Amino acid sequence: MERLEVKNLNHSFGFTKILKDINFTLNRGEVLSIVGPSGGGKTTLLHLCADLLDVEEGSVINTFSSSAFAFQEARLLPWKNVIDNISLGLLAKGQKRSEALKKSQEIALRFGLEEEDFDKFPKDLSGGMKQRVSFARALVVKPSLLFLDEPFSALDIGLKKELQTVLIDMISKKEISVLFITHDLMEAIRLSDEMLLLKADPGHIVKKFKFDLIQNQRDDKYVYGKSAEILQDEEIISTFELELK
Amino acid sequence: MKFALKILKDFPSFLWSGLGAIASILLFIALWDAGNQIYGDLVLPSPLETFKTLLLMLQDDSVLAEIHTTLYRASIGFGISLILGTALGLLAGFFATASMMSRPIVTILVGMPPIAWIVLAMIWFGMGDETVIFTVIVASFPIVFVGALQGTRTLDGTLKEMAQSFNFPWHMRFFDVYFPHIFSYVFPAWVGGLGMAWKIVIMAELLATSNGIGASLAVARSQLDTPTALAIVVIMIASLMFIEYIILEPIKREVELWRD
Repeated sequence: MERLEVKNLNHSFGFTKILKDINFTLNRGEVLSIVGPSGGGKTTLLHLCADLLDVEEGSVINTFSSSAFAFQEARLLPWKNVIDNISLGLLAKGQKRSEALKKSQEIALRFGLEEEDFDKFPKDLSGGMKQRVSFARALVVKPSLLFLDEPFSALDIGLKKELQTVLIDMISKKEISVLFITHDLMEAIRLSDEMLLLKADPGHIVKKFKFDLIQNQRDDKYVYGKSAEILQDEEIISTFELELK
Repeated sequence: MKFALKILKDFPSFLWSGLGAIASILLFIALWDAGNQIYGDLVLPSPLETFKTLLLMLQDDSVLAEIHTTLYRASIGFGISLILGTALGLLAGFFATASMMSRPIVTILVGMPPIAWIVLAMIWFGMGDETVIFTVIVASFPIVFVGALQGTRTLDGTLKEMAQSFNFPWHMRFFDVYFPHIFSYVFPAWVGGLGMAWKIVIMAELLATSNGIGASLAVARSQLDTPTALAIVVIMIASLMFIEYIILEPIKREVELWRD
């Protein structure tokens, strides 16, 4: 069984403790979200899980066969056109170039990019288009585990919904497992099976919430209802309002 | 190969876009001619006379030999700067301490006037090839070095992280992530270094040698042979323009297509 297991994880930058005693498990086919205020160590935690930072204390065991990362910003290579950017992940896995390009074109069309955009450089794309490319680049490798670092935060409502729909479709078919961080509660409620609340200074998990309804059946009413309910929660209030001090 | 073909394919349109530049050169020559009519042949020979002298000079084997000598010195000097400057600049860029330590040295190299280097080189190496080549190296090295240093210092950490998240193999890391960025800094530095080398070689020759274009310029000066002096200037400028606009600029355009 593929899983990501985080045990007794602690992390410091210099003398500043960022994360304290983090424990959770993400099983195959599940979506786990980590919510919390900005500066609470969410990104550090995600980077530790994705092996972009070295674990100092505790352990992160990742048995997923493959993973991909979609960042908050698109992070495209400015000297490569749209299709070449999307195909990077495939080429890194050693796929043949012709095949990688073909797959990249297919997924680009699915993500709402048009054929005339394929040869454009990132400088000629709008912010939303760049994020589409970034998503396509992460998903074209068919990862079994996807890391998302607030990827929807800079998008307009329409594009946000569109990309979330694609993701929800994959999640509901259990094609993919997702670990994602966000400061948007509604986004977490819409997408995740389990939500961890990360409180800052140093980052530690104060509460876990579970959502049982399958993702493609969660309508706006469910999301709004759950949000209202969770916003009454005292831990949530104290975690987020501490920031307003 | 595909890349070279694309440069050739876009070449005619590049030339067409150069029409404005040609017009401005022609305007400059017209002003030159006006200057000749005001000040007379001794001070400022007419463009026609200059180009006639130039044509005669280019048929003279001894002049061609002088050009050859100068080209040889400039290319050896610039070649050494290019290799050394690029290699050391890249190396210094990868280590924070090295780049910090190299900064004052670069300031000294850039700040010291080339004429002072020429004097020192004449004392150290005497009157000959070495003096000229040394001066060319000293003058163009810091330009190339700084370009390479900046290129590596400004590598984007977020892109490195992206490459790491997709487990890029080393060759993709180098050719797809690092190289295009570094090259976009190093290439303009090479062009700048080349321009510098070409100017300095003439100056060093004028002061320190008895052959080469620079020395011919010194002879023309002592004989008050203004047409020859101007013809030599035209050779220098024309060759620099040829290298820069006909060879380097089309390459630069293709390489930097992705830039804003």
